[in-house]
Amino acid sequence: MESKVAYDNDLNLKATELRLGLPGTDYSEEQALFSARNNKRPLPELNEKCGSKGSSDAPHAGNETAPPTKEQIVGWPPIRSYRKNNLQPKKTEPEAAGIYVKVSMDGAPYLRKIDLRIYKGYPELLQALENMFKFTIGEYSEREGYKGSEYVPTYEDKDGDWMLVGDVPWDMFMSSCKRLRIMKGSEARGLGCGI
Amino acid sequence: MQRMACSFPDEVLEHVFSFVQCDNDRNAISTVCKSWYKIERWSRRRVFVGNCYAISPGMVIRRFPELRSIELKGKPHFADFNLVPDGWGGYVAPWISAMAAAYPWLEEIRLKRMVITDENLELIAKSFKNFKVLVLSSCEGFSTEGLAAVAANCRNLRELDLRESEVEDLSGHWLSHFPDDYTSLVSLNIACLGCEVSFSALERLVGRCPNLRTLRLNRAVPLDKLANLLRRAPQLVELGTGAYSSELRPDVFSNLSGAFSGCKELKSLSGFWDVVPGYLPAVYPICCRLTTLNLSYATIQSPDLIKLVGQCQNLQRLWVLDYIEDAGLDAVAASCKGLRELRVFPSDPFGPEPNVLLTEQGLVSVSEGCPKLQSVLYFCRQMSNAALMTIARNRPNMTRFRLCIIEPGTPDYLTLQPLDVGFGAIVEHCKDLQRLSLSGLLTDRVFEYIGTYAKKLEMLSVAFAGESDLGLHHVLSGCENLRKLEIRDCPFGDKALLANAAKLETMRSLWMSSCSVTFGACKLLGQKMPRLNVEVIDERGPPDSRPERCPIEKLYIYRTVAGPRFDMPGFVWTIDEDSAMRLS
Repeated sequence: MESKVAYDNDLNLKATELRLGLPGTDYSEEQALFSARNNKRPLPELNEKCGSKGSSDAPHAGNETAPPTKEQIVGWPPIRSYRKNNLQPKKTEPEAAGIYVKVSMDGAPYLRKIDLRIYKGYPELLQALENMFKFTIGEYSEREGYKGSEYVPTYEDKDGDWMLVGDVPWDMFMSSCKRLRIMKGSEARGLGCGI
Repeated sequence: MQRMACSFPDEVLEHVFSFVQCDNDRNAISTVCKSWYKIERWSRRRVFVGNCYAISPGMVIRRFPELRSIELKGKPHFADFNLVPDGWGGYVAPWISAMAAAYPWLEEIRLKRMVITDENLELIAKSFKNFKVLVLSSCEGFSTEGLAAVAANCRNLRELDLRESEVEDLSGHWLSHFPDDYTSLVSLNIACLGCEVSFSALERLVGRCPNLRTLRLNRAVPLDKLANLLRRAPQLVELGTGAYSSELRPDVFSNLSGAFSGCKELKSLSGFWDVVPGYLPAVYPICCRLTTLNLSYATIQSPDLIKLVGQCQNLQRLWVLDYIEDAGLDAVAASCKGLRELRVFPSDPFGPEPNVLLTEQGLVSVSEGCPKLQSVLYFCRQMSNAALMTIARNRPNMTRFRLCIIEPGTPDYLTLQPLDVGFGAIVEHCKDLQRLSLSGLLTDRVFEYIGTYAKKLEMLSVAFAGESDLGLHHVLSGCENLRKLEIRDCPFGDKALLANAAKLETMRSLWMSSCSVTFGACKLLGQKMPRLNVEVIDERGPPDSRPERCPIEKLYIYRTVAGPRFDMPGFVWTIDEDSAMRLS
């Protein structure tokens, strides 16, 4: 499509009243500076900036803080929130959302939240909990529960019962765990004595 | 001319003016001479304020002492997509207070994207004895308590429309506050409410209001109760169902089908949450009369959609999910020859892969088959310049064209080129285009086309597009009728903004977020343009705590005769004439 408009390659801003900079600043120098800054950046870079590749070094096309995942650009696609809440995908797709459960530890003033999906099994989960709260979990055995430590990892299941972490297969645990609690002391011993 | 103007008594002029309702014409009348200005201002009954901060309540009241109806808009459009932080503004309270004192006979209040509290609603309910119409579009800040106050006190209420507002659901009993002798309801839209309303109260209300034309229920109203409601209001013209699902039972089905058939005036249908396809045939008898069909919550597949839409030969407006697919849109193109507006929403906007067979072809089909199509909102995952050019040539009568290609920066999937020429064809062929939203891979060239051809364009939305300030300059310098411009994530900076500062006073507003505008430029604009409010929205802290060349997060510029506003939250900075940075 032929362009019917003849346009300069710059904005001819000398003709305008407003410009940045102190009086006497050489305009063309400033313009070169701006052009360099505003050069188009190839789009893949823009997408990368928004994704997990982290910050790019050059000035960017946008100043938003990088969102957590590529899909979650704030306000994009432009759909009202009430529409998002009403959607029920018909086809069964692998769930993108994690299984977030709160973790509390007796004596600790704060709670943590973890995504169970990122652990492949109990050993990883327990390791993560140990790192998170800076303590050691004892040895697990089916008959005697956790031995060798004051701390015992427990969880509340869908029925509201408090169970010992490790008693049921990992998949069942993931689907039934509502929250985790790292128990300490006598309460722990009570649970450890088998149910 | 002066002699002629004076030769009619005021009463005659006023009578003549009463036939002129359009705002622009009324404004024109008021500029003819002082005497016409005076007569016009005393006889103006309705005012539309497109930006509640462009003028103060006091100024409106002083000029128009006898208003009966007011419409106000608050937050910028991008607030719909969570780009405007909570607490930014748009409070209606000062307007309600001022009007409560000045307009005891006020009848209508219409608000869009404003914050209204229960207190404000109570004040409305108490202050205006003849209050008739309350429309709250995309508003927030109130609960069902406020609604109860309106229901209890507004004896002449005709319209209560809460479209898409965020309401705190404290109880469904507010509906019971309509008195037993209250019968004047004409329109009720509670589709946005989450909780159950008292169904028996609803039934009785519907039953005793013979003028009820519009009833939009919320999801909580079960399908098996719908038939009862319809039988009590067979005169309904517009209906929004509740959840459209129930165990499939022949008696429930035939009851429902009979109730629908009894509604001979029904022209508009919406709702359809949780649709069970087996119940859709209940509406078949009335499909031929439908002019508006909103299936944008109906998660049903293409074959069911085709069966339904295929019977709606008189459809003018269709809103639907992309489950309709290209095949369904082919059916629309074949059956709905009077279609004027099509909106296709994405069923899985965040999924990385397409989940449905909806492409550019569906839109092309409709553009070919529906000669009256003038308004489009279309979400899809692929587009080509060829398709856009075809659509443009097919539909030069297009006035609203909003295309959202879901992945930012997507090129023409056939040629891998930017979509500049495609959108260029749209603006070149559709000479009456008023609204345009761009998406896909776009360079500065598309803005050159827009600046050259889109002379009637009033609103432009841009995201992830362009290469340099030249793009923005083309739009600001070329689009003579531009009123609203909203931009996000584009490499536009200070140059074009400052070069076109005067243009900004001819527009309602400009929004720029995640671009390259510096605080220095904002300060300059604020200092030089006293009739603009230049608002810097930045949640990282005071802009002057960062280098002046550091881009700001968000910018909202709007023209105003009211000066800087007084209700700015801590994350909004504005510049006044003495170049001091003003915090609210």
